Amino acid sequence: MKSGNFWIYLLVMFGVTYLIRVLPFLIFHKKIENKRIRSFLAYIPYTVLGAMTVPAVFYATGSLFTACAGVAAAFLAAYRGKGLFAVAVCASLAAFAAGLVMGY
Amino acid sequence: MKQLLQGIKDGSAIGIGYFSVSFTFGLAASSAGFRWWEALLVSMMNLTSAGQFAGLTVMTAAGTYIEMAVSQFVINLRYALMSISLSQKVDSGFRAGKKMVLGFAVTDEIFAVAMSRSGEVGSRYFLGLAILPYLGWTSGTLAGAVLGNVLPQKVSDALGLAIYGMFIAIVVPEMKKDRNIMKMVILAVLLSCCISYIPLFRHISQGFAIIICAVAASAVGAVCFPIETGKEEPKEGES
Repeated sequence: MKSGNFWIYLLVMFGVTYLIRVLPFLIFHKKIENKRIRSFLAYIPYTVLGAMTVPAVFYATGSLFTACAGVAAAFLAAYRGKGLFAVAVCASLAAFAAGLVMGY
Repeated sequence: MKQLLQGIKDGSAIGIGYFSVSFTFGLAASSAGFRWWEALLVSMMNLTSAGQFAGLTVMTAAGTYIEMAVSQFVINLRYALMSISLSQKVDSGFRAGKKMVLGFAVTDEIFAVAMSRSGEVGSRYFLGLAILPYLGWTSGTLAGAVLGNVLPQKVSDALGLAIYGMFIAIVVPEMKKDRNIMKMVILAVLLSCCISYIPLFRHISQGFAIIICAVAASAVGAVCFPIETGKEEPKEGES
Protein backbone atom coordinates (compact mmCIF):
# COMPACT_ATOMS: atom_id res chain seq x y z
CA MET A 1 0.00 0.00 0.00
CA LYS A 2 1.01 3.54 -0.59
CA SER A 3 1.72 6.21 1.95
CA GLY A 4 3.02 9.75 1.62
CA ASN A 5 0.95 12.49 0.07
CA PHE A 6 -0.53 11.58 -3.30
CA TRP A 7 -0.94 15.21 -4.33
CA ILE A 8 2.71 16.05 -3.70
CA TYR A 9 3.85 12.96 -5.60
CA LEU A 10 1.53 13.95 -8.46
CA LEU A 11 2.80 17.51 -8.51
CA VAL A 12 6.46 16.41 -8.50
CA MET A 13 5.82 13.91 -11.32
CA PHE A 14 3.94 16.45 -13.40
CA GLY A 15 6.39 19.28 -12.79
CA VAL A 16 9.50 17.31 -13.68
CA THR A 17 7.98 15.56 -16.70
CA TYR A 18 6.43 18.75 -18.06
CA LEU A 19 9.58 20.85 -17.72
CA ILE A 20 11.75 18.17 -19.33
CA ARG A 21 9.52 18.23 -22.38
CA VAL A 22 8.73 21.91 -22.68
CA LEU A 23 11.90 23.75 -21.61
CA PRO A 24 14.13 22.25 -24.34
CA PHE A 25 11.34 22.82 -26.85
CA LEU A 26 11.24 26.51 -25.92
CA ILE A 27 14.94 27.13 -25.45
CA PHE A 28 16.86 25.12 -28.00
CA HIS A 29 17.41 26.33 -31.48
CA LYS A 30 20.80 24.74 -32.03
CA LYS A 31 21.76 21.10 -32.15
CA ILE A 32 23.84 19.54 -29.39
CA GLU A 33 27.24 18.97 -30.94
CA ASN A 34 29.00 17.13 -28.14
CA LYS A 35 29.32 13.54 -29.24
CA ARG A 36 29.52 12.05 -25.75
CA ILE A 37 26.42 13.85 -24.49
CA ARG A 38 24.50 12.91 -27.63
CA SER A 39 25.57 9.29 -27.25
CA PHE A 40 24.65 9.23 -23.57
CA LEU A 41 21.18 10.57 -24.36
CA ALA A 42 20.79 8.14 -27.24
CA TYR A 43 21.55 5.15 -25.03
CA ILE A 44 19.29 6.27 -22.18
CA PRO A 45 15.89 5.07 -23.44
CA TYR A 46 17.12 1.54 -24.07
CA THR A 47 19.14 1.13 -20.90
CA VAL A 48 16.20 2.48 -18.86
CA LEU A 49 13.80 0.03 -20.47
CA GLY A 50 16.27 -2.84 -20.06
CA ALA A 51 16.76 -2.14 -16.36
CA MET A 52 13.01 -1.68 -15.84
CA THR A 53 12.19 -4.96 -17.58
CA VAL A 54 14.73 -7.34 -16.07
CA PRO A 55 14.32 -8.83 -13.53
CA ALA A 56 10.94 -7.19 -12.72
CA VAL A 57 9.15 -8.84 -15.65
CA PHE A 58 9.70 -12.28 -14.16
CA TYR A 59 7.61 -11.29 -11.13
CA ALA A 60 4.89 -9.46 -13.07
CA THR A 61 2.44 -12.36 -13.30
CA GLY A 62 2.99 -14.00 -9.93
CA SER A 63 4.37 -17.11 -11.61
CA LEU A 64 7.84 -17.55 -13.08
CA PHE A 65 6.53 -20.09 -15.58
CA THR A 66 3.85 -17.87 -17.14
CA ALA A 67 6.19 -14.86 -17.08
CA CYS A 68 8.88 -16.79 -18.98
CA ALA A 69 6.33 -17.88 -21.57
CA GLY A 70 5.25 -14.28 -22.04
CA VAL A 71 8.81 -12.96 -22.29
CA ALA A 72 9.77 -15.62 -24.82
CA ALA A 73 6.73 -14.81 -26.97
CA ALA A 74 7.42 -11.08 -26.74
CA PHE A 75 11.06 -11.54 -27.73
CA LEU A 76 10.13 -13.68 -30.71
CA ALA A 77 7.45 -11.25 -31.89
CA ALA A 78 9.71 -8.22 -31.41
CA TYR A 79 12.60 -9.94 -33.16
CA ARG A 80 10.38 -10.55 -36.14
CA GLY A 81 9.61 -6.86 -36.26
CA LYS A 82 6.05 -6.80 -34.91
CA GLY A 83 4.68 -3.50 -33.61
CA LEU A 84 4.25 -2.43 -29.99
CA PHE A 85 0.62 -3.45 -29.74
CA ALA A 86 1.13 -6.86 -31.37
CA VAL A 87 4.09 -7.68 -29.12
CA ALA A 88 2.18 -6.67 -25.99
CA VAL A 89 -0.75 -8.87 -27.04
CA CYS A 90 1.58 -11.81 -27.78
CA ALA A 91 3.17 -11.51 -24.33
CA SER A 92 -0.19 -11.45 -22.57
CA LEU A 93 -1.70 -14.29 -24.61
CA ALA A 94 1.33 -16.52 -24.10
CA ALA A 95 1.29 -15.90 -20.36
CA PHE A 96 -2.45 -16.57 -20.23
CA ALA A 97 -2.06 -19.81 -22.22
CA ALA A 98 0.80 -20.92 -19.97
CA GLY A 99 -1.41 -20.20 -16.97
CA LEU A 100 -4.12 -22.44 -18.39
CA VAL A 101 -1.63 -25.24 -19.11
CA MET A 102 -0.30 -24.98 -15.59
CA GLY A 103 -3.75 -24.92 -14.03
CA TYR A 104 -5.23 -28.02 -15.63
CA MET B 1 -8.33 22.24 -40.75
CA LYS B 2 -6.87 19.83 -43.27
CA GLN B 3 -3.67 19.72 -41.23
CA LEU B 4 -5.63 18.99 -38.08
CA LEU B 5 -7.52 16.10 -39.70
CA GLN B 6 -4.34 14.65 -41.16
CA GLY B 7 -2.81 14.75 -37.69
CA ILE B 8 -5.80 13.01 -36.15
CA LYS B 9 -5.61 10.30 -38.80
CA ASP B 10 -1.88 9.78 -38.25
CA GLY B 11 -2.42 9.58 -34.49
CA SER B 12 -5.18 6.96 -34.53
CA ALA B 13 -2.91 3.91 -34.46
CA ILE B 14 -0.97 5.38 -31.54
CA GLY B 15 -4.26 6.00 -29.73
CA ILE B 16 -5.28 2.35 -29.97
CA GLY B 17 -1.88 1.18 -28.80
CA TYR B 18 -1.94 3.62 -25.89
CA PHE B 19 -5.37 2.42 -24.80
CA SER B 20 -4.08 -1.12 -24.35
CA VAL B 21 -0.93 -0.11 -22.51
CA SER B 22 -2.60 2.43 -20.23
CA PHE B 23 -5.23 -0.20 -19.46
CA THR B 24 -2.45 -2.19 -17.80
CA PHE B 25 -1.33 0.98 -16.00
CA GLY B 26 -4.85 1.35 -14.61
CA LEU B 27 -4.82 -2.31 -13.58
CA ALA B 28 -1.44 -1.98 -11.90
CA ALA B 29 -2.51 1.19 -10.09
CA SER B 30 -5.74 -0.31 -8.80
CA SER B 31 -4.02 -3.48 -7.61
CA ALA B 32 -1.45 -1.29 -5.81
CA GLY B 33 -4.32 0.31 -3.89
CA PHE B 34 -4.90 3.52 -5.83
CA ARG B 35 -8.37 4.93 -6.45
CA TRP B 36 -9.58 5.10 -10.03
CA TRP B 37 -9.46 8.90 -10.07
CA GLU B 38 -5.90 8.90 -8.76
CA ALA B 39 -4.77 6.65 -11.61
CA LEU B 40 -6.69 8.81 -14.08
CA LEU B 41 -5.12 12.03 -12.78
CA VAL B 42 -1.62 10.56 -13.06
CA SER B 43 -2.29 9.64 -16.69
CA MET B 44 -3.94 12.96 -17.53
CA MET B 45 -1.01 14.93 -16.17
CA ASN B 46 1.92 12.81 -17.35
CA LEU B 47 1.18 10.93 -20.57
CA THR B 48 4.22 8.69 -20.34
CA SER B 49 4.42 4.93 -19.88
CA ALA B 50 7.80 4.17 -18.33
CA GLY B 51 7.74 7.27 -16.15
CA GLN B 52 4.28 6.54 -14.76
CA PHE B 53 5.09 2.90 -13.99
CA ALA B 54 8.24 4.04 -12.22
CA GLY B 55 6.21 6.70 -10.40
CA LEU B 56 3.77 4.04 -9.28
CA THR B 57 6.68 2.00 -7.95
CA VAL B 58 8.01 4.96 -5.98
CA MET B 59 4.60 5.80 -4.51
CA THR B 60 3.82 2.18 -3.62
CA ALA B 61 7.18 1.80 -1.89
CA ALA B 62 6.57 5.13 -0.10
CA GLY B 63 9.75 6.57 -1.62
CA THR B 64 10.90 10.11 -0.99
CA TYR B 65 9.81 13.06 -3.14
CA ILE B 66 13.45 13.46 -4.19
CA GLU B 67 13.45 9.88 -5.41
CA MET B 68 10.29 10.60 -7.37
CA ALA B 69 11.81 13.71 -8.95
CA VAL B 70 15.11 12.01 -9.84
CA SER B 71 13.45 8.89 -11.25
CA GLN B 72 11.12 10.97 -13.43
CA PHE B 73 14.03 13.13 -14.53
CA VAL B 74 16.24 10.25 -15.60
CA ILE B 75 13.54 8.09 -17.16
CA ASN B 76 12.03 11.01 -19.07
CA LEU B 77 15.33 12.64 -20.00
CA ARG B 78 14.94 11.22 -23.48
CA TYR B 79 12.03 13.62 -24.01
CA ALA B 80 14.47 16.52 -23.68
CA LEU B 81 16.44 15.14 -26.60
CA MET B 82 13.25 14.67 -28.59
CA SER B 83 12.05 18.18 -27.80
CA ILE B 84 15.39 19.56 -28.98
CA SER B 85 15.03 17.71 -32.27
CA LEU B 86 11.41 18.74 -32.59
CA SER B 87 12.25 22.39 -31.93
CA GLN B 88 14.20 22.37 -35.17
CA LYS B 89 11.47 20.75 -37.18
CA VAL B 90 8.46 22.96 -36.33
CA ASP B 91 7.36 25.88 -38.49
CA SER B 92 7.53 29.56 -37.51
CA GLY B 93 3.83 29.64 -36.55
CA PHE B 94 4.62 27.28 -33.70
CA ARG B 95 5.09 30.04 -31.13
CA ALA B 96 6.09 29.90 -27.47
CA GLY B 97 2.52 29.71 -26.15
CA LYS B 98 1.70 26.75 -28.37
CA LYS B 99 4.97 25.08 -27.46
CA MET B 100 4.09 25.38 -23.78
CA VAL B 101 0.82 23.53 -24.34
CA LEU B 102 1.69 21.07 -27.10
CA GLY B 103 5.18 20.30 -25.77
CA PHE B 104 3.37 18.34 -23.09
CA ALA B 105 2.43 15.76 -25.73
CA VAL B 106 5.98 14.80 -26.71
CA THR B 107 6.09 11.00 -26.33
CA ASP B 108 8.24 8.40 -28.08
CA GLU B 109 5.54 7.53 -30.60
CA ILE B 110 4.09 11.00 -31.24
CA PHE B 111 7.62 12.32 -31.66
CA ALA B 112 8.51 9.53 -34.08
CA VAL B 113 5.48 10.18 -36.28
CA ALA B 114 5.97 13.96 -36.24
CA MET B 115 9.63 13.63 -37.23
CA SER B 116 8.88 11.20 -40.02
CA ARG B 117 6.66 13.79 -41.70
CA SER B 118 8.34 15.49 -44.62
CA GLY B 119 8.94 19.22 -44.32
CA GLU B 120 8.04 21.34 -41.29
CA VAL B 121 5.54 20.45 -38.61
CA GLY B 122 2.74 22.92 -37.90
CA SER B 123 0.96 23.35 -34.58
CA ARG B 124 -2.41 22.24 -36.00
CA TYR B 125 -0.97 19.01 -37.32
CA PHE B 126 0.80 18.34 -34.02
CA LEU B 127 -2.40 19.07 -32.07
CA GLY B 128 -4.32 16.61 -34.26
CA LEU B 129 -1.58 14.04 -33.86
CA ALA B 130 -1.78 14.29 -30.06
CA ILE B 131 -5.59 14.15 -29.62
CA LEU B 132 -6.30 10.43 -30.05
CA PRO B 133 -3.20 9.21 -28.18
CA TYR B 134 -4.21 11.47 -25.25
CA LEU B 135 -7.79 10.19 -25.27
CA GLY B 136 -6.58 6.60 -25.65
CA TRP B 137 -4.12 6.98 -22.80
CA THR B 138 -6.60 8.51 -20.34
CA SER B 139 -9.62 6.36 -21.21
CA GLY B 140 -7.49 3.20 -21.13
CA THR B 141 -6.25 4.10 -17.66
CA LEU B 142 -9.80 4.68 -16.47
CA ALA B 143 -11.01 1.38 -17.95
CA GLY B 144 -8.12 -0.54 -16.41
CA ALA B 145 -8.53 1.06 -12.99
CA VAL B 146 -12.29 0.43 -12.91
CA LEU B 147 -12.21 -3.08 -14.37
CA GLY B 148 -9.13 -4.07 -12.39
CA ASN B 149 -11.20 -5.58 -9.62
CA VAL B 150 -13.69 -7.27 -11.94
CA LEU B 151 -11.32 -9.21 -14.18
CA PRO B 152 -10.40 -12.80 -13.24
CA GLN B 153 -6.98 -13.14 -11.64
CA LYS B 154 -5.51 -15.16 -14.53
CA VAL B 155 -6.49 -12.46 -17.04
CA SER B 156 -5.16 -9.54 -15.02
CA ASP B 157 -1.93 -11.44 -14.30
CA ALA B 158 -1.43 -12.03 -18.02
CA LEU B 159 -2.22 -8.38 -18.82
CA GLY B 160 0.46 -7.34 -16.36
CA LEU B 161 2.95 -8.44 -18.99
CA ALA B 162 1.61 -6.06 -21.67
CA ILE B 163 3.69 -3.10 -20.55
CA TYR B 164 6.86 -5.20 -20.52
CA GLY B 165 5.87 -6.55 -23.92
CA MET B 166 5.85 -2.98 -25.15
CA PHE B 167 9.26 -2.28 -23.62
CA ILE B 168 10.62 -5.40 -25.32
CA ALA B 169 9.03 -4.30 -28.59
CA ILE B 170 10.92 -1.00 -28.39
CA VAL B 171 14.29 -2.39 -27.30
CA VAL B 172 14.72 -5.60 -29.30
CA PRO B 173 14.61 -4.06 -32.81
CA GLU B 174 17.23 -1.50 -31.71
CA MET B 175 19.43 -4.24 -30.27
CA LYS B 176 19.14 -6.10 -33.54
CA LYS B 177 20.08 -3.00 -35.53
CA ASP B 178 22.93 -1.74 -33.39
CA ARG B 179 25.42 -3.97 -31.55
CA ASN B 180 26.49 -1.19 -29.21
CA ILE B 181 22.94 -0.64 -28.03
CA MET B 182 22.70 -4.39 -27.52
CA LYS B 183 25.85 -4.39 -25.36
CA MET B 184 24.65 -1.47 -23.25
CA VAL B 185 21.19 -2.95 -22.73
CA ILE B 186 22.78 -6.23 -21.62
CA LEU B 187 25.04 -4.28 -19.27
CA ALA B 188 22.04 -2.41 -17.82
CA VAL B 189 20.17 -5.70 -17.35
CA LEU B 190 23.16 -7.33 -15.63
CA LEU B 191 23.55 -4.35 -13.28
CA SER B 192 19.84 -4.45 -12.54
CA CYS B 193 20.06 -8.15 -11.67
CA CYS B 194 23.09 -7.51 -9.45
CA ILE B 195 21.22 -4.83 -7.50
CA SER B 196 18.18 -7.10 -7.17
CA TYR B 197 19.96 -10.25 -6.08
CA ILE B 198 23.14 -9.26 -4.26
CA PRO B 199 22.20 -8.82 -0.58
CA LEU B 200 24.63 -5.92 -0.18
CA PHE B 201 22.43 -3.79 -2.49
CA ARG B 202 19.11 -4.82 -0.99
CA HIS B 203 18.48 -1.45 0.57
CA ILE B 204 18.57 0.33 -2.81
CA SER B 205 15.00 1.10 -3.84
CA GLN B 206 13.70 0.00 -7.21
CA GLY B 207 13.39 3.56 -8.48
CA PHE B 208 17.01 4.39 -7.78
CA ALA B 209 18.14 0.99 -9.04
CA ILE B 210 16.76 1.83 -12.49
CA ILE B 211 18.45 5.22 -12.45
CA ILE B 212 21.82 3.80 -11.39
CA CYS B 213 21.74 1.02 -14.00
CA ALA B 214 20.64 3.25 -16.87
CA VAL B 215 23.04 6.09 -16.13
CA ALA B 216 26.00 3.76 -15.58
CA ALA B 217 25.39 1.71 -18.72
CA SER B 218 24.74 4.78 -20.87
CA ALA B 219 27.87 6.48 -19.54
CA VAL B 220 29.95 3.41 -20.39
CA GLY B 221 28.36 3.47 -23.84
CA ALA B 222 29.05 7.17 -24.33
CA VAL B 223 32.72 6.76 -23.36
CA CYS B 224 33.51 3.42 -25.04
CA PHE B 225 31.15 3.42 -28.02
CA PRO B 226 30.14 6.98 -28.87
CA ILE B 227 27.53 7.09 -31.61
CA GLU B 228 28.63 8.87 -34.75
CA THR B 229 26.77 12.16 -35.13
CA GLY B 230 24.65 13.16 -38.05
CA LYS B 231 23.19 9.75 -38.63
CA GLU B 232 19.66 10.83 -37.72
CA GLU B 233 17.76 14.04 -38.22
CA PRO B 234 17.64 14.62 -41.95
CA LYS B 235 18.21 18.20 -42.97
CA GLU B 236 15.19 20.45 -43.12
CA GLY B 237 14.15 22.84 -45.80
CA GLU B 238 15.32 20.71 -48.66
CA SER B 239 12.00 19.26 -49.63
